[in-house]
Amino acid sequence: MQLSLNNNGGYRGKGFDLLSSRRLSVGDTVKIETEDGEILGVIMPRYESASDEYLAVKLKSGYNTGVNISRIRSISKLAAKDPGPVAPAIQIPENKNLPRVALISTGGTIASKIDYRTGGVRAALSASELYSSVPELARIAWIDPEVLLSEYSENLKPSHWSMIAEKVAEKIGAGHYRGVVISHGTDTMHYTAAALSFALQNLPVPVVLVGAQRSSDRPSSDAAINLMGAVTFASESDLAGVFVAMHAGTSDDSVAIHVGSRVRKNHTSRRDAFESIGATPIAHVKAGKIELKSNQFQVAKRSNKAELKLRPAFDARVLLVKYYPGLDFGIIDYAVGAGCRAIILEGSGLGHVSNEAFPFLRKAIEAGVMVCMTSQCIWGRVRMTVYDTGRDLLDIGVVPLSDMISEAATVKAMWTVANTSDIQSARNLMQDNLANEISDSIPID
Amino acid sequence: MTTLDPAALDLKVGFEIHQQLGTQSKLFCNCECRDATHYDTSFVRKLRPTQSELGAFDPAAMFEFSKMRTVEYRAAKGTSCLVEADEEPPHNVSRQALETALLFSLALKSKVMDEIHVMRKIVIDGSNTTGFQRTMLVASGGQLEVGGKRVGVQSICLEEDAAKLIDDSKGNRTFGLDRLGVPLVEIALEPVTGKPDEIMQVALTLGRLLRASKRVARGLGTIRQDVNVSILNGAVVEVKGVQQLDQLLKVIEYEMQRQHGLVMIAQKLLERGVSAAVIGNRIEDVSDLMKKSGSDKVREILSAKDSMFTAIKVGGFSGMIGLEPYPGIRLGRELGKMVRFYDLNGVFHSDELPNYGIAGDEVAEIRKRLELGEKDAFVLVGGPRNKVEPATKAIVQRLIAALDGVPAETRAATAEGQTVFLRPRPGAARMYPETDIPTISVTDSLLNSLADKVPRPWDHEVESLAKKYELNNKLASQVFDSDYLGIFERVAKATRIPPTFIASKLTEDLLSLQRQGYNTSLLAEDAISEIFSKLDSGSIAKESLVPIFEMLMKEKGMTVDAAIKATGSSSMSDENLGKILDGVIEENMAMVREKGMAATSMLMGRSMAVLRGKADGQKINAMLKDKLGKLVK
Repeated sequence: MQLSLNNNGGYRGKGFDLLSSRRLSVGDTVKIETEDGEILGVIMPRYESASDEYLAVKLKSGYNTGVNISRIRSISKLAAKDPGPVAPAIQIPENKNLPRVALISTGGTIASKIDYRTGGVRAALSASELYSSVPELARIAWIDPEVLLSEYSENLKPSHWSMIAEKVAEKIGAGHYRGVVISHGTDTMHYTAAALSFALQNLPVPVVLVGAQRSSDRPSSDAAINLMGAVTFASESDLAGVFVAMHAGTSDDSVAIHVGSRVRKNHTSRRDAFESIGATPIAHVKAGKIELKSNQFQVAKRSNKAELKLRPAFDARVLLVKYYPGLDFGIIDYAVGAGCRAIILEGSGLGHVSNEAFPFLRKAIEAGVMVCMTSQCIWGRVRMTVYDTGRDLLDIGVVPLSDMISEAATVKAMWTVANTSDIQSARNLMQDNLANEISDSIPID
Repeated sequence: MTTLDPAALDLKVGFEIHQQLGTQSKLFCNCECRDATHYDTSFVRKLRPTQSELGAFDPAAMFEFSKMRTVEYRAAKGTSCLVEADEEPPHNVSRQALETALLFSLALKSKVMDEIHVMRKIVIDGSNTTGFQRTMLVASGGQLEVGGKRVGVQSICLEEDAAKLIDDSKGNRTFGLDRLGVPLVEIALEPVTGKPDEIMQVALTLGRLLRASKRVARGLGTIRQDVNVSILNGAVVEVKGVQQLDQLLKVIEYEMQRQHGLVMIAQKLLERGVSAAVIGNRIEDVSDLMKKSGSDKVREILSAKDSMFTAIKVGGFSGMIGLEPYPGIRLGRELGKMVRFYDLNGVFHSDELPNYGIAGDEVAEIRKRLELGEKDAFVLVGGPRNKVEPATKAIVQRLIAALDGVPAETRAATAEGQTVFLRPRPGAARMYPETDIPTISVTDSLLNSLADKVPRPWDHEVESLAKKYELNNKLASQVFDSDYLGIFERVAKATRIPPTFIASKLTEDLLSLQRQGYNTSLLAEDAISEIFSKLDSGSIAKESLVPIFEMLMKEKGMTVDAAIKATGSSSMSDENLGKILDGVIEENMAMVREKGMAATSMLMGRSMAVLRGKADGQKINAMLKDKLGKLVK
């Protein structure tokens, strides 16, 4: 969990009253008299969710402890908040012989830093912070960092995807970047990766999303290695397109490069949570070298001549429905009534839902809503001609989406309805393979 | 060893005892607390230093990072999971472990915190996959009674044990994850004064109190003492990894000498008027000079890739680096041990040169290069450039610190009871909150509910043990202090064997085998219990117990049955026993005829020579008498 604190250092109720009545603030050194004796320490911030009965104090030993406010007899300020040592300014290396890479920060674990003095969480990818925390980057590329957003990825919306796509286009338009790296929270990074895969077409350079599963304030963080892998791939690879760079395994020795439309977060906490679905990662970055792993996909080559086509519009009025026994299909009626423009079904097996759904789906399609089918099996293709249910669904007009993963399908539907004018072209576009979101064949492994 | 007067030196010793708890599961996950017999899987990691919550980099962390290497971790199912791999957030604190820590706090009359906060203590030597140790302050203050005197308690913490170092060679460290996360209680005592053996009594008393709770793990490595030693005009030196009490005594005596020696050197430097400004104010790359050297050692160092030699001017130190106020206590030795942490062993100083094949004219050239005066010394350090550069800085700092005598640092105890440099003393900057785990409020009702579980003092426990099993007090205390209390009670309950016999085998006999160099860790509790149950059922004789123990401790992986076979200890049938005794009587028939029943003791001796360990002595004696009786009649 990350500290998420308000301006009062997380104090509310009794704690807040105590601090404000004594004009004390987080960071002050205090002497506290209690029934059991005296405590000397520095007032520390509190979690917003923690009980308001206690004052958090850092003792001289470095330990924090909570003092029950009802047992405090007196509290006096010994010293005001120490502004702390000023970090020496880092000389930003501008090695003009190295490839130039744009780094766009959007927030998340990789780019956040807890300010323990104020309790605030802030973006930590200013140029100097970046080089001071990962000095090795200066040997790989000449990096121009820019903070675009400071959001946990669960707070990102399709409008943010548009913003990011436009920012990438602006960087590429500048003409001097060998690649673009986007730091991103991991929870929804695969959605953003899919979104950029559709919004940025005919890319001349690689665009690499990168995150971290362990925050960068921990010595064991995966942020530095992932970032080095992403920057290496962005600056040196001869491929172009949208990719995700994350740990290949639990070891700190290899970063996997996934195709942006085929990647999914498959674990809540492991470093190698991101996996290519139905495919091996396209490459690994190991000891600073790129090793190509898969030629399963038609990935474009880097090219100065490629002219970027920016299609940044998304329409968020899309519903993703996971089918399960007992699902009340009234939700489909509700969605249609609420103005939903497309529904992605995450069906069972080869692409099925209960036949009870048929009248609801028929009504939705008649109302002009696009309905598509993916599978909740995650791995494998939908094939709706094998069983009666699948055939009936096809007859009703449900669009089968082959082996497109449901998250990518949802994002693609948002993009498709925003970029087409009629339902038939939307249905066709959903089935076209634009960015390797559909694979021609799934290898045996 | 020269004996110094602790009182005159104002010797102060503070203990920090780290005791593993005997909980069902680890502190932050459900894995078992036991050693893995083999590992199933491994992975590699690199750790990086981070800024603390106060914005500073911890010096100890930076020091470790300066010699950063890849760390390999090995894991086994059952004893580690994704939590130990730092691949899953920690679970809530084990209630059982917390309860034990609270019980110790109550027993030591320590003030329990109103609310406990789990902290991260940065440790990037690789012994924690996270790069920090999770630790929480449970209580502070209180006292321990030691022979009528009261020793103050500073703090009681509950923390996770570190991973087990399996290998540390060729610049790569390998750790086993089975020990990582085992709950430890750390109790820090106020520094005490007195003679080393009195001080030792403090550690013994605290260890006994913990064991009296019956909630702690037992066995080698389950209790570790860190010792803070300081003398007059010295600094606090923390010594890690003292495992046995007799080693502790040696460590205290060694540190007294070492610190006093360093204080004496500092006084001499002060008399000479040496200042920090002339230490390391001139550092020269002398690789070109050293390349011409005829020294094999120098040539070997320079044969490594990208190697170099630097020479450091140490103004006013001539004769001081090699000065030996006590045997083995020299600044030169301190430097030699210190640079090993940069994986270097090529450090020489002017007080010991010419030597090691480095000739007098080479020494003169170096002195000339550094423009040294007669009273100046130099230190020469060689090896790969990326290690020599940080080591050079560390040497300069260490020599400047010599002006103040004793540097505050963390040292490791050696098996011989000496200490070697480990790292600079860490500061409070290395602690920051573990934000993954909610704070724990300790209510009065929780503390009240624990009141009747508070461990009783050691002597009470020993007394009730003695009473329960009809042991004398000495034997009861030996069993209690040993690693075998649990197995003793189990065997005593499960068999008809007299408890005194079980106790003496598990204490006196095992101790004597251990002194002979046998490895008691090879004697598993299951094996002990199997052996006693075989004795109980009469399938082995009581004389064969020690030979079977001995056999099991000789060879790893040997089964009890195999040991019984190898020692020929299985009890023989009465029929076979009778046949053997008949044989002995027949061989000595002349004596039987001559002496009658008086031949019994002689024949007993001859029978035992054949039958020792194969049949019970009393039984042999009875059968022999019976046979003789019939014969004589």
